[in-house]
Parts: sequence; C-alpha cells; structure tokens
Amino acid sequence: MATAVTHEAHEAHDTHEHVHYTSTGLDNRKVAIWAFIGSECMLFASLISTYLIYKGRSRVGPLPHEIWTSPSGQIFQPILNIPVTSASTFVLLMSSLVMVLALAAVENRGKPGYVGTLLGNSKFWLAATALMGATFLGFQAYEFTSFVHEGLTIKTNLFGSSFFTLTGFHGAHVTAGVLWLLTLLAIDIKRGLTPKDAILVDICALYWHFVDVVWIAIFTLVYLIK
Amino acid sequence: MATTAAAPKFQPVNTDGSYGESGFWSWMTTVDHKRIGTLYLYTALFFFIVGGIEAGIMRWQLALPNSHVVSAQMYNQLFTMHGTTMVFLAIMPLSAAFFNYLIPLQIGARDVAFPRLNAFSYWVYLLGGLFISIPILFKTAPDAGWFGYAPLTTPQFSGGLNIDFWVIGLQILGISSLAAAFNFITTIINLRAPGMTLMRMPMFTWMSFVVQFLLILAFPAITIALVFLLFDRFFGTQFYEIASGADPLLWQHLFWVFGHPEVYILILPAFGLVSEILPTFSKKPLFGYNVMVYSGIMIGVLGFGVWAHHMFAVGMGAVADSIFSLVTMLIGIPTGVKIFNWIATMWAGEIRFTAAMKFAIGLIALFTIGGISGVMHSSPPADTQQTDTYFVVAHFHYVLFGGSIMGILGGIYYYFPKMTGRYMSEKLGTWHFWLTFIAMNLTFFPMHFSGLLGMPRRVYTYDAGQGWEKFNLASSLGTALLIFATSLFVINFLWSRKNGAKAPNDAWGAATLEWSIPSPPPDYNFAQIPIVTSRSPLWDLKHPEMTAGIAHSSPDAMTITDSHAVPMHEETEYKTAKELGIPMPFPTIKPFFAALGIIVMFSGLIFIHLDKFAIAMAITIGGAVLLVGSLYAWLTSPLE
Amino acid sequence: MSDHHAPGAAAAQEEHEEHEHPSWKQYKWVALILLVITVVEVWVYYTPFAKSPYFNPFLITMSAVKFGIVVQMYMHLKYDHKLFRALFFGPLLIAMFTVTALLFLFHQLPPLF
Ligand SMILES: [Cu+2]
Repeated sequence: MATAVTHEAHEAHDTHEHVHYTSTGLDNRKVAIWAFIGSECMLFASLISTYLIYKGRSRVGPLPHEIWTSPSGQIFQPILNIPVTSASTFVLLMSSLVMVLALAAVENRGKPGYVGTLLGNSKFWLAATALMGATFLGFQAYEFTSFVHEGLTIKTNLFGSSFFTLTGFHGAHVTAGVLWLLTLLAIDIKRGLTPKDAILVDICALYWHFVDVVWIAIFTLVYLIK
Repeated sequence: MATTAAAPKFQPVNTDGSYGESGFWSWMTTVDHKRIGTLYLYTALFFFIVGGIEAGIMRWQLALPNSHVVSAQMYNQLFTMHGTTMVFLAIMPLSAAFFNYLIPLQIGARDVAFPRLNAFSYWVYLLGGLFISIPILFKTAPDAGWFGYAPLTTPQFSGGLNIDFWVIGLQILGISSLAAAFNFITTIINLRAPGMTLMRMPMFTWMSFVVQFLLILAFPAITIALVFLLFDRFFGTQFYEIASGADPLLWQHLFWVFGHPEVYILILPAFGLVSEILPTFSKKPLFGYNVMVYSGIMIGVLGFGVWAHHMFAVGMGAVADSIFSLVTMLIGIPTGVKIFNWIATMWAGEIRFTAAMKFAIGLIALFTIGGISGVMHSSPPADTQQTDTYFVVAHFHYVLFGGSIMGILGGIYYYFPKMTGRYMSEKLGTWHFWLTFIAMNLTFFPMHFSGLLGMPRRVYTYDAGQGWEKFNLASSLGTALLIFATSLFVINFLWSRKNGAKAPNDAWGAATLEWSIPSPPPDYNFAQIPIVTSRSPLWDLKHPEMTAGIAHSSPDAMTITDSHAVPMHEETEYKTAKELGIPMPFPTIKPFFAALGIIVMFSGLIFIHLDKFAIAMAITIGGAVLLVGSLYAWLTSPLE
Repeated sequence: MSDHHAPGAAAAQEEHEEHEHPSWKQYKWVALILLVITVVEVWVYYTPFAKSPYFNPFLITMSAVKFGIVVQMYMHLKYDHKLFRALFFGPLLIAMFTVTALLFLFHQLPPLF
C-alpha cells in the first residue's frame, strides 16, 4: 500500500508542472477560507449579541415588534416588514441552491449530463447567483430607505443603531460575495473555468453559503422572534 | 566537520535576477518569511523602546509625590500609549517575528502558505503602528487607557482627535493580526514536512498554533466593539450613549471577550520559546510533551470563558462572579502543569547556563509570581480590593514582562545565531539578564505594596504621607536600571550582528529541524525536505544514544508522504535556489500598496471629525480604490 | 500555483472520491426543505402560537435546523475532510457559548436560578 501511494505520487508529480505538496492533501486556500469562516462566526456572534442585548431597551421609537407612540402622541405600527423580508430571505436561500449548481457545473465539466445542458452552464449559474445576491441587496436597500422615511435611522435609537449595523454588516458581506462571483464569472467568460479551477468556485461558494447561513440566523433572531 | 565549520557569509539568493539582493527595494518587495520575520523583529524592538521611554517618563513623574514632570493630559496619553504600544506594537509583533521566522523552519517548509499575505500583514502592522504612535508627538495621542472604556471614549467625554487615532489604529492592527493568523493556521496544517505529525511538532509551533486560533476568535470581538465606537464617534450611533438606554458594560464585555484571550496571545509564544530553550540546554527532551500540548490547548479554550474576571468590581451578581471566578482558578491548573513540566525538564539535566537559558529560567520564576497574584484576584472579594490599584499593575507586569518579555528575550539570544550566523555576546547577555532580573523585581515588586496600600493605577500624581513614597521611588529607580539593562541588550544585538562569534548550523546542539540548515538559512530554507521520524530529529541523527530510549509517536493519518523528501540529514552546502531548481515566490510591492490603501482609507475618517466631509470622502474612496486595485493586481499575478 | 492536486495526495483523493458531493437530486430536496421550514416559520409568526412561550424556542430550533442543513449539505461539510469540520464547529461552539454567556450577563435569558 505504502509503495503504491509513493508510486502514484511520483506519476502525479511528473504530469503536473507546478505542484505543491501539502501535508494533508488539502488545498491551502480551502483551509484558509474555513479558518476565516470560523473567525466570522465570532464576528457575527458579537453583532448579534449586541442586537439582542439592546432589544427592548430603546427609549424612543420606531420599534421592531411593538406598537409605539411618538412624543406628539401619534401611534405607530411595528416597523419591521415581515412579508418583504421573507421574500428577500427566499431569494438568498435559493441563491445557495444556484451556487451549488455553479460549483457542480465547473467540477463536472465535460462529464455526461453536463455537456451542452443547462446543468453544465457554469456561466449561467454564476450569473444567476450574483443576480440573486444583487436582488437581496435591492430588497435591503428598499428596506433601509423605507425605514428612513418612517423615521428610523442609524442615529435614532438603540434599535436603529444595532439593526442597521448588524444587517449592514451582513449586506456588506453579500456585496463582497457578489463582487467575488462577478470576478469568477469574468474569468469563466475570459478563459472558461475547468475542473482544475473548481477550488476557486468552491471557496467562493463556501463564503456565499456562510453569508446565507448568517442570514438564516438574523432572519429568525431579528425579524421573527418577539 | 559540520559543527565546527564557520557559517557562510549571508548571501541572499535570488532566483531570476529581477530584484536586488539587498537594499531598500528588496526589503519593500520581499515575501520571504525570514526577511519578514526580521522586519517584524526590528520594528517591534523599535516600538518596545518607544513604549519603554513612555514608561520611563511616567516613572519619572511618579518617583516623588506632587511632581510635575509632564502635564496631567500628557500623563494620560503616556499610560495609554505605553499599554497600547507594549501590547499591540511590541509583544504581539515580537511573537509574530518568531512565528514568521520559525514556524516554516520548524515544520520543514520552504515558506508560509501565503507569502504575499504575510508581507501584507507586516506592512499593515508597520503603517498602523505609525498611525497610532505618531500623534503623541503632537500631544494628541489616545488618552483613555489601553482598554479605552466606553462611554469614556464616546464623543461626549472624549471630544478630541485622540481617541479617533486609537479606534482607527487598533482596527487597522486587527487586520494585520487576523491576516497573519489565517496564514499561519494554513501553514501549520498544510506545510509540514513528511512525517512531521501534529504530535511531533516542536512546542513553539504548537503554542503558536494555539495562539493563531485565539487570534481569529478574539479579534472579531474587539473589531465589533471598535466598529460600534467608531460609528458612535463618526456617524452618531447610540451604542454607548447612556442617555439613549445603552449599557455602560457593553464595551467592557466585548473588550474583555477579546482581552482575556489576548493575554494568552501574549504569553503562549513565550511559553513556546522557553519550551525550546530548556530541553536544548538541559540536554533532555521536553518533559511530558503531550501534556504540554494539551495544557496549551486547555489554556486556549478556557481562556474564552473567563473574561468577566476583569469586571468583578462592576457588580454582575453572585452567580456570574462565582462562575467566572471558578473558571479562572481552573485555568491555573494547565498553567501550573507547564511550570512543573519545565522544572522536570531541567531535573537531572546537563544544564548549560547560557544567556538564553537564564532568561528561560527567569520566566519560570517571575511568571510564577505573576500567576500567583493572578489567582489571588480570581477571587471576587479579593479582587474588589485590588481592582484598579497598583497591585494589578504589579500582577500583569510580572506576567507580561516577567513572562512574555523574558521569554522573548531568551528566544532572541537563542535564535540570534540562526538568524544572523553569529552568536550574541554571552558576557553582555549575562549582565543583561541579571540587571534585568534585579531591575524588574525592583520596579514591579514594590507595586504590590503600593497597590495594597490603596494607590490607584493611572493617577497622575499623589500626596506625600500615604505610605506610597518609598515604593514609588523604588519602582522608579528600578525602571532606570531596566532602561540601562535594555540598552546593554540593544548594544549587544547591534554589535553582534557583524562582530559576534561565528555560529555553525546547529548553534546549541538542539533537536529540531531549524538547526539542520545553514545559519542564516538560504531563502529556500531546505534544499531537500527531510522526512521526520520523531520529535527530536536532529538528536536522532547526531546523538542516537540520547534518544534511543524514547518512544516515538506514531504517524498520524493527516500526514502523507512526499516522494521528493529525503531522510533526515544536515545541510551544509549553500547553493542558490536557481541551482537547485526550487521555484521561489516573486518579490512584489503589491502587498505594500494594499496595506497603504487600508491606512489611507481609514485615515479619511479623521477628516469627518474635522468637519471636512469632502476631503474625508476623497481620501477614503482614494484609499479604497488603491486597496481594491492592489488586491486585484496581486491576486491575478502568479506567485512564483 | 494550482496546488489542489498535491503529489502523494492519493490517499486523500481516494477519500474524496468515496464521498462524492451530493447530486442535483439531493440539492433540490435540500432547497425544498429549507423553503418549507421558512414558510412554516413565517406562517407561525402570524398565528396565535406567536404569543406562546414556546414560540421563540421553536423558531430558534427551526433556524438551527436550517443552519445545520446548509452547512452540512451546501457547504458539503458532511462529505468533506474532518479537519474542516473542526475548523468550523470549534469556533462556532465558542461563538455560541459567548452569545449565551453575554445574554445571560445582560439578563436577556430566562432566569436559570
Ligand atoms: Cu483575564
């Protein structure tokens, strides 16, 4: 067994010109992105904790789940728009599905079932993921502007500060993800992504899904929980 | 032959002739982990001296009651910058110097996993360090203490630019630490030589490995705390605005969620260095290797569950106090295990009292004192007496100076021959050690007493007749001696680079891989990657009788064989990478520009505070463009 | 610098081959489950159950399930090297511990004692 492994390794080396030995056989970039994602857990943990700690502590409205009264005595409804955010949540969730299909298209390039079919069209899936990300950002922009019209800015109260910062941080992550996806799309258009490049799509996908997973937590903890 | 041969003169080897062998440009564009380590070392030593001067002025001010050496405002800036500088600009980067220089050498790699990211980390550190340090020359340095408690740091109470520099500077430095941590995690996981299983890694690499995880988990917490503060200061958010219902403890909690792991970020690398020094100079393998590894991991994990012991005085309630107190006491166990294992390592060894060894033993003694006073204030009733007094100052200087700095100085004496091919003067080193040891105790031991007598920390001056005078005078005299001792070190360091006795490959008769290659190492490190079969490969090779009785760890599944690796050997020949056909990463300036982009981007914020919004936007956008442009250029150009 | 096929990675590759990534069929089902859970969550929000003390725990459980599914299937952690699992779940545990401890310290959790 041991000799067989060494033999194979030799051949592998002869056929690739620039091969890097790694002690685990795993790609450096993939190890790094997972460490990065681990770190991001703590980043969002700090943001989410703060949001939850400040829940119900705002001294003035607008408020997320409660009916509130302005100093002039007007009565207002809770500010969060659940139907709209449910729609944007749906878009982001589905973008994860599209993302795995983009990765599968690149990984399986040239395999039966992937040649000439939609399933094998990585450009389509990458573009679709980026588009869905952009759609999510559009929903967020709509939400933010309508909140501002209703009198909630990042300065208004503790809810405004923690809400805009938390969701804004997430939005910034989505934006970075969209730019990353567009970069991959550009590479795919320019020279075509091959199974050898799957790692490039893989690490982007891991990041993308993580951003999705964070939204799953935010959607429940910020929008639904009372 | 190999052990007596003189080290070859340092000849940086280049692969394609496209860059100079030395000179300014080669340092600006370097991606070699050893050169980056060297840059870290020099920069951090520079900041260590800056922090020392700040401390010197403070002790001058406190030497006698009611003196006015500096203004009270300046004093606030001095203690803030002393803490900030020593923690973020001196000790952490000194550790980073060793991470950079040693980790690839100890695991048998030719570089780190992402050489350009490594250069980027350094440049961000240098520029961020200058950003946060320079304002003191204009009397606008941060002035709210190294942990910058909000609401004190909110615009209401700190309206000037001072805190802006602190918030932005720390944010920048965090980027450097995080980038480096991802790099080293990947390096240690993925670039180990064949046979270098996790349980065969040298203890320094192990402790560094733990530290990288502490970094990636602790820094996000302070990043967020700083983002809140930054938003409060620049964009009018309410996170720390008590009038709006904000909680005055939010900052404290977030800060200490970072702050306590940070303590281990500062000390574990020194522990690792000592664990390298002691076996070599005791001629015995490290006692209880596995237990040392587990206790290091244990310290790291428990370190995330103790943060509120910095906050006993705020009144969190009996339940919280008890839990945090218990876990804090618990953490003393793995730490104590390490102390006993070091002592057991020396037990019945053939001890050579070199300067490095003296510093290592110094760490054991002094850290133990600091550890004991630490256990004292893990008890809330005792802590409420000691909080914010000089007793606490005494405690953390015993662990940070007596621990981290002693370990790092030992590490410098120990690894200097590897880095330069020459030994540091042992005679000056011995003077340096004893003077430092005496001065350190003279400075910090009396603080226990002034603290228990009620002297609060961070006070600008004090009245006579409270029983504090003699302790303060002793501390100040100690500081003067400490400055003298450190200048001996600086002289020794600079003089020995050119004039020290020449050192062979294996300068001390050590057991680990880094000593099997020339001193200083060639840019590719290992001409041929060795196959590692034990924890002390070089002793197996040179003193088989010493390691014959030791059970070697079995290979773990995560390490696979490289067909190009050769059996463990010593390398004495010195060829260029080109002659050997080893591809080397291209030197590049792009990481520098990416780092510069970050600094420019953040500096723009300062102008918001000066009400020059257009300039702020222009600078920030300019910086962002520079950053994104350099990143794209960097990521689309090949590494080697 | 394409280093994803390391020499001697044969063993690791073999392992990789064993656990093929899940296929389109599975992905489709995963997406459907995620969708159904989300719909249930939003629906429940508008029912009287939203006033029950079990509402919050229910929602948190549901989102934890979604979280787990995405991480295990879409991020293929279930099929990947154990090292990646350690790199993710270790930090995640510490993060969740920190959130819980902070909420407890700020009295945002139901009292335990
Ligand atoms: Cu602590």
